Amino acid sequence: MSLPSMIYDATLAPFVDFGFMRRALVACMALGLGSGPVGVLLMLRRMSLVGDAMSHAVLPGAAVGFLVAGLSLPAMGLGGLIVGLAVALLSGLVSRTTAVREDASFASFYLTSLAAGVLIVSLKGSSVDLLHVLFGTILAIDQNALYLIAGISSLTLVLLALIYRPLVMECFDPGFLRAVGGRGHLYHVLFLLLVVLNLVAGFQSLGTLMAVGLMMLPAVAARFWAVSLPGMMFSAMLVAFMAGIIGLNISFHTGVASGPTIVLSASGIYLLSFLFGRLGIVRQRLSRPHLAG
Amino acid sequence: MSHSDPRGAPIHLDNLTITYQRHPAVHHVTGSFEAGSLTAIIGPNGAGKSTLIKALTGTMAASEGRIDRAGMSPSRYGYLPQAAEVDRSFPLSVFDTVAMGDWHRLGVFGGMKRQDVARALDALDKVGLTGFEQRRISELSSGQFQRVLFARLLLQDAPVILLDEPFNAIDERTTRDLLTLIRHWHEHGRTVIAVLHDMSQVRQCFPQTLLMAREAIAWGPTDEVLQHHNLRRANMMEESWRADAHTCALHEEEQA
Repeated sequence: MSLPSMIYDATLAPFVDFGFMRRALVACMALGLGSGPVGVLLMLRRMSLVGDAMSHAVLPGAAVGFLVAGLSLPAMGLGGLIVGLAVALLSGLVSRTTAVREDASFASFYLTSLAAGVLIVSLKGSSVDLLHVLFGTILAIDQNALYLIAGISSLTLVLLALIYRPLVMECFDPGFLRAVGGRGHLYHVLFLLLVVLNLVAGFQSLGTLMAVGLMMLPAVAARFWAVSLPGMMFSAMLVAFMAGIIGLNISFHTGVASGPTIVLSASGIYLLSFLFGRLGIVRQRLSRPHLAG
Repeated sequence: MSHSDPRGAPIHLDNLTITYQRHPAVHHVTGSFEAGSLTAIIGPNGAGKSTLIKALTGTMAASEGRIDRAGMSPSRYGYLPQAAEVDRSFPLSVFDTVAMGDWHRLGVFGGMKRQDVARALDALDKVGLTGFEQRRISELSSGQFQRVLFARLLLQDAPVILLDEPFNAIDERTTRDLLTLIRHWHEHGRTVIAVLHDMSQVRQCFPQTLLMAREAIAWGPTDEVLQHHNLRRANMMEESWRADAHTCALHEEEQA
């Protein structure tokens, strides 16, 4: 067997030969398109762990959806969306009206939500169902699920484009935006809506526990490649695409679970970016800017 | 870059009281910032100076009393927040940061026209940062960053300008240059109010002063306000203040 055909078999053949692999790849790419930019903004707002908490918080809503309609992404997605938004708004309310900081109130709410979600699923479903909800089934994504994920990604990009200016101002200098009458809370809530929507889009593929993986890891890796905000968003999308392609290939050839493999691939790219990225540690050590010129 | 009518508007405070998380932060302040005046707000740490500035911007509501802005919306005021409230690590260019000052013209969706770009570049030139347009703000020194925020204020072209500790951790030369800008605003009739700590700076550059310690200790010409007995009273008031107080002493006195 020649080298090109070996490369073809190892990388492209699974996607050419199998429809479920193509759907999984398209799902990963669509997730990366929406989650990448949202993850970058979460990171820059120092809300990386809030994203993680929110991904757990959607579980009880998804669980109720599962109780009502079984493994149906629209039903579980709607439940997850409602509960995720409620947790986000309640956490914000608690931190604004009491001395409890927002990260602490998020932690309280998400732990409660996670426990409630696991309990609800275990009341009706089997442990296999629970594993589906917690860790996702990207290889079982059907056409409808794909439309939902693509729809959420498209909505994310459109909404981000519409509120880009005030959102950036709200991240950078919230006091100034409020002072010029920019209604910062509105954009904060819209942004939280996007976070929850993208987590809902991700949990069929990666599960509620790892949906945030394709949001945060590409975003953090992007920090080592770009210095501008649009550059970071674009880099995060690329990292998510690459993680999807690499993870699905490894999963296909080795027979290991696809969701964790995709997230671990994103972790691998993050590690390589940390070491060899344009702003990574090796470049920093090798460059001697004080001798320039 | 002159505003069509740069004359500042007056601001009248009538028994203004602001509570923060249900504790008093500013108490029963009454008085006026006259149109075109240049006023320093001074006082010990925790005296309520920044809270008062935030109330003037309209971002903190009065729990009692009122602010009369003579019909002008606070969103038209220029505002410089404390350096600690701004995220300097955010991946923004100097130009994009200055362009935020055009918010009231551009809003959420408006695009910058050629003359808007020219105005932003002019503002950067006035603060001595020509050639810095594409630099990241994270690469700037504290002094250069403060110049960027002053350029944003220039672009806002506001008749009332509120500055919250504008010279903290800034080198002497930058402070001198920015003070010149403030004087320039004052000469053009804008109302300028600045929270400051440096007494000599206040004596030299600010004709009016409001001395605060949760309430107004003295308000008027700087020489009269910065008397020893006033400063001593402000420090004593602040030291004896109970942050957990939930009732208003003035109310109790009035009721008695």
